[in-house]
Amino acid sequence: MTDYFWLIPFIPALSTLILVLFGQKLPKKYVSFQACFAIFASFVVSLISFFGLLQTSHEHLPIIKNLFSWIHAGSFQADLALQLDPLSSIMTLVVTGVGFLIHVYSTGYMADDEGYTRYFTYLNLFTFAMLILVMGSNLVVMFVGWEGVGLCSYLLIGFWFEKHSAANAGKKAFIVNRIGDAAFLLGIFFIFINIGSGEFSVINQAIGSGAITQGLATLIAILLFIGATGKSAQIPLYIWLPDAMEGPTPVSALIHAATMVTAGVYMVARMNVLFTFSGSAGSIVAVVGALTAVFAATMALTQNDIKRVLAYSTISQIGYMFIGCGVGAYAAGMFHLYTHAFFKSLLFLAAGSVMHALSGELNMQKMGGLRKYLPLTYPTFLIGAIAIAGIPFLSGFFSKDAILTSAYASGQYFVWALGIFGAVLTAFYMFRLIFLTFFGNERLEPHAKEHLHESPPAMTIPLVVLAFFSVVAGYVGLPVVVGKNMDFFGRFLEPVIHKAHEVHLSLGTEWLLILISVAVAVTGIYIAWVFYIKNPKIPHNLVARFPGAHKLLYNKYYVDEIYNAMFVNSLIKGSETVYDHFDLKVIDGAVNGSAKATNFFGKVLSYFQTGFIKDYALIFLLGAILLLGYLLF
Amino acid sequence: MAQFLFFLLATICIGAVLGMIISKDQAYNALFLIVAFVCTGGLFGLLDAPFIAAVQIIIYAGAIMILFIFVVMMINLRKGLEPEKKKWTLYFAVIVAAVLVLELVLTLKGALEPAGSSTVAELGSPTDLGRLLFTKYLYPFEITSILIIAALVGAIVLVKKRDKA
Amino acid sequence: MIPLTYFLILSAILFVLGAIAFFIKKDLITQFMSVEIMFNAANLAFLTFAKSTGSLDGQIIVFFVITVAAAEAAVGLAIILLLYRQKKTIKTEDIQSMKG
Repeated sequence: MTDYFWLIPFIPALSTLILVLFGQKLPKKYVSFQACFAIFASFVVSLISFFGLLQTSHEHLPIIKNLFSWIHAGSFQADLALQLDPLSSIMTLVVTGVGFLIHVYSTGYMADDEGYTRYFTYLNLFTFAMLILVMGSNLVVMFVGWEGVGLCSYLLIGFWFEKHSAANAGKKAFIVNRIGDAAFLLGIFFIFINIGSGEFSVINQAIGSGAITQGLATLIAILLFIGATGKSAQIPLYIWLPDAMEGPTPVSALIHAATMVTAGVYMVARMNVLFTFSGSAGSIVAVVGALTAVFAATMALTQNDIKRVLAYSTISQIGYMFIGCGVGAYAAGMFHLYTHAFFKSLLFLAAGSVMHALSGELNMQKMGGLRKYLPLTYPTFLIGAIAIAGIPFLSGFFSKDAILTSAYASGQYFVWALGIFGAVLTAFYMFRLIFLTFFGNERLEPHAKEHLHESPPAMTIPLVVLAFFSVVAGYVGLPVVVGKNMDFFGRFLEPVIHKAHEVHLSLGTEWLLILISVAVAVTGIYIAWVFYIKNPKIPHNLVARFPGAHKLLYNKYYVDEIYNAMFVNSLIKGSETVYDHFDLKVIDGAVNGSAKATNFFGKVLSYFQTGFIKDYALIFLLGAILLLGYLLF
Repeated sequence: MAQFLFFLLATICIGAVLGMIISKDQAYNALFLIVAFVCTGGLFGLLDAPFIAAVQIIIYAGAIMILFIFVVMMINLRKGLEPEKKKWTLYFAVIVAAVLVLELVLTLKGALEPAGSSTVAELGSPTDLGRLLFTKYLYPFEITSILIIAALVGAIVLVKKRDKA
Repeated sequence: MIPLTYFLILSAILFVLGAIAFFIKKDLITQFMSVEIMFNAANLAFLTFAKSTGSLDGQIIVFFVITVAAAEAAVGLAIILLLYRQKKTIKTEDIQSMKG
């Protein structure tokens, strides 16, 4: 059953190729069908491979399929090889499953857009790149996928490229990613120099047999993690993600919630042997993740743009995933990645549905009381919000709890405390969003109110499906309090995640931790209810009392401005100087100069063309004489 | 005997060409050329190529020069044209001529078989030529016939007067 | 027998005389005629070598040269006639429309 797993990336690739070559001539309906079907077919293959994997014993893992020998230069070898193991299987299921739902949603959301075919081409291309990223069996293939998703992110963020803000957001995303990628590449280079191969199995074995020192391992791990901060929007390279909301909402759901931004987490989980061996790198990852989680959550508190709130929420939640990985609970981090894919994409798609209903309105201050008008969007949105807040019995609770418990168990109490604080903020800003949008007085623009309507089934059906999974997806990873070996998710990942040490907490401590997380979540929701339903004047009063704090948060701590002043402006100035002196004078000068020289020589030669036959014949004769003379002597 | 014939024919030939150079009238030029061609035909005969000699006189001195005379008569210039007058061109021409002659002689001499003059008498009989033409050189022969037709048609088409409708 | 070198010298002299005539003369028809002289000089050389090597190939070549020269003369004279009709002159100096 696992024999054809390598087809998974190539079905979307084929679809992309067809759309690239013939897309403009194909009818819209066929394009929708082909694009969605390609992802669905990929999902079916992923599912079959998953079941096959369940039946494969652990000695045969990972299953590697070497497609072809790509680079072979001396001792450096990199093959295009794909691998099937529990970690890649989970990722392929998430990417293709959620991806399929988002494709279907897009057929409704983008129905009136002129660039419809171009959109689906890019989406399929992205899916192909992401699948290559998660299925690669060595660092080089993973890096190819890494760059591919970066490119598609740029293309899709700047999809409406005639808008300046969108084009700039695309550029910003790509450039910031690139900075992370430079560090990532350095890490890969170090690995190749010291271990000699990029294959994950070879690397893991080498580390196990002590091929590199702990110091070197830490260096490499940090370099790789810097790359992850770029791709997964952590401190310091998160600045592109809020701007990325310029892209269409389904793009935000797919790329900037469920899949691409989680690539960093996947990478850390894939390299778990390295991070565990290094020790201190793991702590750095956890601390950065925790700080990002809180930092982003604070920025989400004051935003009025519904998508920006969700963007900061994503940054924050990925911080949680890195907390999980950093403390050694890679399975918990992956578990949160998996549940987050469902409820975050649900939240984004539902937000898109709200925007669609309101003819494109983004500002929550201009919404309110929408719950009676949107009978399908509202409940699904609510389910997503409850899931992310970590209320028991929904998926978010299980995964967040797993992370926080592991953080506490590993003794990193500071990280755990930040995580708890972040949970309060998460619950608060999510329900602030819910209350502002769906409850309270209607503050709608008259034009929006006229066209208010629930979204078409193409959009609402994926919402319902995602809501269903947001509820049930968590039951594959039940905490220890429920039963000893109910963590199916963690057990499934065992062949890939080599646990360094198991710290067991007492059952009482576990229950206590669960209660604390639930308590803070409920507290956050209660505060939001007080602020926005019971006594709507409180937010105004707070802003009036602490205008400085509010300004700081609302302007995102001025981080963008600081970066601009420190790095960006000097680089731009430098480029302009180089342009003036080098590009214009030297390069253009050379090109124009050669044209002038050719012109000059042409003029000189034209003196010979007198049009006079005798002159031509004379030159013939002289030439013949010279030639004969040369041959004779 | 053959030597005497050779020098006679050679002298007349060169004399005719010189006359062509000096004369200004086109009709005289044409006639001088006919003389030169006939002499050349004779020289061909001396080289054991009787068939070629006959062809030379029939076609060159006969057909081609007639064409030339026709054209001269059609153009019907009253006065002839003077050759170049400038001094330096004459000197230049003499020098070029001398150099060229020297080079040519040297080149050609080096290419002669060391056997000197051969003694085959019946070298250029029509029988042998014909045999060669129709076996080894069949393709050039056929293609040349097409070439002649093309030239014929081309010449006529070129000179046809356009009908002014 | 006549030494073949004499024929070669004669051929060279004829060729050069033809070339000189081409450059000295100012009218097209005579220039054309000088080209024919050069052809003849070449034919003479060919036949000399044919006799020297004892093979008939040289004579065949001369045969073809004469034929092609005839064809070329026909077409060339047609062109000269056309030129005369257009420009009303056969002075070579006046025909310079391909200048530059």
